[in-house]
Parts: sequence; C-alpha cells; structure tokens
Amino acid sequence: MNTFANMIDRAGGVFVLPVAIAIVAFFLIGAPSSWLTLTVAGLSMGLMIFLMASGLSLVFGLMDVLNFGHSAFVSFGAFVAASVLAWLGGWLGADSIILNSLALIAALAAAIVFGAAGGWFFERVIVKPVYKDHLRQILITMGALIVAEQLILATWGGTPVNVPRPHFLEGAIILGGSSLEVYRLFAFVVGALVYAGLYYLLNKTRIGLLIRAGVENREMVEALGFKIDRLFIGVFMLGSALAALGGAMWAGYETLITPALGAEMMVIVFIVVIIGGLGSIQGTLLGAIVVALMQNYVGYLSPKLALASNMILMMAILLWRPYGLAPAVK
Amino acid sequence: MNRTLSVKIIALTIWGLLLFSPFLFQDVRQVEVAARICVFIVLVASYDLLIGYTGIVSFAHTMFFGLGAYGVAIAMKQGDNTWGYWIVGALAGVLVAAVLAVLIGLLSLRVKAIFFAMITLAAASVALVLASQLSSFTGGEDGMTYSSPDIFKPATKLLTDDEGKVARIAGVRMNGKIAAYYFVFFTSAVMFWVMLRIVGSPLGTVLKAIRENEARAEGIGYRVVAYRTAVFVIAATTAALAGAVYAAWLKYTGPDTTLSFAIMIDILLMVVIGGMGTMWGAAIGATLMVLAQYYLRDLMEVASDATSAIPLLPELLSPDRWLLWLGIIFILLVYFFPAGIAGTIIRGRAK
Repeated sequence: MNTFANMIDRAGGVFVLPVAIAIVAFFLIGAPSSWLTLTVAGLSMGLMIFLMASGLSLVFGLMDVLNFGHSAFVSFGAFVAASVLAWLGGWLGADSIILNSLALIAALAAAIVFGAAGGWFFERVIVKPVYKDHLRQILITMGALIVAEQLILATWGGTPVNVPRPHFLEGAIILGGSSLEVYRLFAFVVGALVYAGLYYLLNKTRIGLLIRAGVENREMVEALGFKIDRLFIGVFMLGSALAALGGAMWAGYETLITPALGAEMMVIVFIVVIIGGLGSIQGTLLGAIVVALMQNYVGYLSPKLALASNMILMMAILLWRPYGLAPAVK
Repeated sequence: MNRTLSVKIIALTIWGLLLFSPFLFQDVRQVEVAARICVFIVLVASYDLLIGYTGIVSFAHTMFFGLGAYGVAIAMKQGDNTWGYWIVGALAGVLVAAVLAVLIGLLSLRVKAIFFAMITLAAASVALVLASQLSSFTGGEDGMTYSSPDIFKPATKLLTDDEGKVARIAGVRMNGKIAAYYFVFFTSAVMFWVMLRIVGSPLGTVLKAIRENEARAEGIGYRVVAYRTAVFVIAATTAALAGAVYAAWLKYTGPDTTLSFAIMIDILLMVVIGGMGTMWGAAIGATLMVLAQYYLRDLMEVASDATSAIPLLPELLSPDRWLLWLGIIFILLVYFFPAGIAGTIIRGRAK
C-alpha cells in the first residue's frame, strides 16, 4: 500500500486524478471513438471553466476575499462578446478569414476590457469597504450579483441571445471515427495559452513572486514595503477579465445565451474552486478538468446522474481532503 | 427607556395586528399578505438562528423550506386532502431536511465559513434543478396544485347563525378561510416562541460564544462542530415546517414559491433589514419586506408609467426590475446599517 502511495506521489500526486478518471471511463465507455470525443469535449470545457474560476481562486488566495459576484463578469463577458459579434456581423459574414478573426478578436478583447474595467469598479466600490469581514463580504457581493444580473436583464432583455460564430470555427474534424468540434479545440488552445501565461506570470516574474508571497503571508510582504493593495486590485482586474473571457468563450460554445448563464456557471465555478483548493492556479485547473471530464463521461454513461455527479464528486473530495486537492500553502 | 423593550413592543404590535388581521383588513389580498408575513417571520427567525446568532452563512435555507412544502404537496397530491396526508408529508419533509442538514453540517461546518456558504449554495441550486427536472414527481416548473383539508375550504361553515348560514362576527364570515388563516398564524406563533426560548436558553448563549470567538469557545470545552450542526438542523427543520404550513395555505407548491433563489434573497434582506442576531428584528424585517413586495410593485408600476416619456428610466422603474432596487438597497444597508432596524434601535445612535 505504501509503495503504491509513493508511486502515485512520484507520478504527480493528485494531478494524476484526471488521467485516472479518463482511464476508468475508457473501460466503462468501451468505444474508443466516443471516448475520444468526450475527452476532448471535457478538456475544452474544463479549460473554459478554468478561465472563469482562476480569478475567483486567486483573489481569495491573495486577499481572503470571496467574491460571490464573480459570475456577473462571466455573464457580462458573454453578452458583451455577443453584442460585438452581432455588431461586426459584416466582418463575420465576409469571405475572408482575416476579417473573421478580427471580429472574433475584437469580441474577445471587448469582453476582456469590459471585465477589467468592471473589476476595477467592483473592487473599489463594492469590496474595498468590507475587507476582512467575511459575513458582510458575502452579503455585499451577493447584493452586487443581483444588481449586475438585473442590469443585464434590463440591457439585453430576458430572451435568449444568439451568438454568431466565425465560419472557420464551425464544423468538426473527423479523426478515426470520432468527431472533434473545431470550436472545442479552439477553446482548448485559448485556455491552455492563458494557463501558460498565468503560470509564467506567477512563477517567472517579479510581480508573480510578490503575488505568491502575498498569498502565503500578506503582512510580511507589506512589512517589506510593497503596496499589496495595488497588487491586489491588479489581480482582481485580471481575474474579472479572465472571467469575462471565459464567459465570451462559453457564449461561442453554447451559441445561445440567456441572462441565467452567470448563475448556472457560478455553481460549477464554486464546485471547481472548492475541489481544486482556493488560492492556487494549478489546483483550479485540476478541479476544472476533473469536474468537466466527470460531467461529460457521466452525461454519456447515465444522463440522469449527470446533475448530481458534480455534487457527489465535491462531497467525496471534501471528505478526503477538506481543503481541496491542491490548495495554496496557507 | 429600555431600548430592547421598544423593539419588543414593535414586534409584539406586529404580532397583535397579525392576530386580528382578518377582522382589521377584510380584503382577500390583505389576508394573503398577513399569512405570508406569518410564515416569513418564522423562516427569517430560523435563518437568524444561523446567520445572526451563530455566524453561519447558509444559502440552502430555501431548500429546506421547499422540502417541507414539497413533502406536503406530493403527499396531498398522491393521496387526498386529509390531515393524515398533511402530517405524513410534513414529517417526511422535515425528516429529509434534518438528514440533509446533518450531512451538510458534519461534512462542511468544520471548514471556513466561506466554504460553507459555497457548499450550501451548490446544494440549493442542485435541489432547484432537481425539482424542475423530476417533473413526474414534483410537477416541474409548473409546480403542483392540490386541495387543502376540508376545514380550510371557503364553503366550510365554522359557526352558523339561526338560519343555518355562515355566521358573521364583526362583519367577518366565519368560513374555512378564517380557519386556514388561524392555522397559519398559530403554528407560526408557536414556532417563533420556541425559537425565542432556544435563543434565551443556555444553548443560545453557547451559540453566541461560538459566533464571537470560535477558538475560545472550543477552548472552554464546547464542541463547536456539534453545536453548529445542531443549530443548522434546528433551523432546517423549522424552515421545513414553515414550508409545510405555507403549502397547506397556498394549495400550490412550485419552484417560484418555495425554492427559487429570489426567495433566498428575500430572506437575506429581511434578516439584514430587521437586524441580525435579534429574533424580534426578524418580525420587523419580514413584515416590512412582504409589505414592500406587495405594495411597492404597484408604486413602481405607477412610476414607470409616469416616466414613460424619458428613455431608460421606465425600463429601470418597471416592476420587473424590482430586484435591481432591492439589490441596491441591500448593499446600502449592509454598508451603513449592518445592525438593521432592531440592532440600530437597541444600540442607540452612539457607535
């Protein structure tokens, strides 16, 4: 038993979990082609969820602030991107890949800028007055979430909004009998790039060093003379922008979005950060991929269970590790 | 003057008005409002046990409320409208609520408050989705309508006059509607009284100690997790009972009346408005919010029509945007009056 545990530890500890899930699912599903489709779908979904969840996790790790209004940025990102895409319909419909991608980039950029600006406003107005008071923090960010949702309803209306996609992201690649949607591959690439960027930022740069130091011991960093408040608002804006980007990507994936999108995603995002452990990017990625893989596999194997599967998964993991799989050192 | 006393007097006045409301306000809608206030006072008071007295933030309170209501609804829909089925349904709902509360409590009350808030939120949304998905069992999005026990039917004569017609006392017809209202009123009053006793008991003192300083309470020798789980179960079963009572009154149970997130927000608002950590404040908060819900919407409708010439304003003032304004009021309240009405009165102006 001990040697087995050692073996798992050497192979990467808890980070083997998605691989283990994928292998178990492979035997349960039986058909390699469907398994590949589901795995790719799960991975791309996981990376989109990672985009939404990473900000929440970082903000909590750095400042002990849990933002219940985080999902508002997801919805705002989705709707802003949808509006920009609809507005640039001419470019999108054009027969040139360059114009198509320009429209897509404009939409994603608009979502990011909106998310960052919204994050700045949110941090200054809503969160700042209630640092260090968890109860009021929860209440106030919840109130802000309601207001944000209502603003979305007032601006875009309650009816579902159609999200146009550029042509080159439509369709699917057939690979050995399994069809892989192009958009999913695109989402996977974007998510992986963002993860790589975040990893570089946190582990190779001076700012990243400060952020990690702040997560570990805020007072010490302050005592050494760094303005952690300024760092924090930067992280908050970054997190909100990433959530908006995730929302925009998700909008393109769903192609039909409603104002309830944020609330739906919020639950998944919460489950992800709880499973992964708050405060660490690696944990969040792990949680996101585990949740998304589970959702896809269970949805295929027994659709009725899909709903409860994430909840059961969260309960099981909390029983095993009460602080999540890979929490930041605290 | 003793400030705590004045809060009690306000709350008791509310209860007194509720006691005589069928006689004071003879409109059907107003009695509806009064019954809703009764149920929500209990719901808010039980939530205050958690958030105000013990410092636990749970977003699953509507789930427990819904369990009681759905228990009654399913039992009375599958069976018939006798008291037996009401009791069976209510007991089943309360039991499921208690078991779920123990599970959630033992599993997650030992970690940080923030984890608990997130876990209850996730559980509540799963419950909401389940209720709308299992439509053969729960009626789905449409909910269920069913008959209430015979004694609550408007045709029932509680008292008859000489001619065998329904008797009137002070101009109010003594029919089943009165019986239904007083059923709601007295069960709510009893539950509220029980919670007052809990808060005043040694258990209540321990809960406050846990809220103020968890480590110290643990150090003195109280098992914090056990106490927290216990109060979570008490709050959950009370909410489930309130749901069962409300289901008998409404004769309808659906996601919008019991489980929806909007109701959770209502409860939060009521607690914050009334004052966290004061049972009496719950009565004040619930009353104000329910009244505002019923009558402010009419006002917003008028305001929206009046400003129809100005762009954007009517859109923001329309009754559908009701939650927007509630949200803003909520944020402002948490900033400026975190103690709520009752708390502000008790503490006085000095901060």
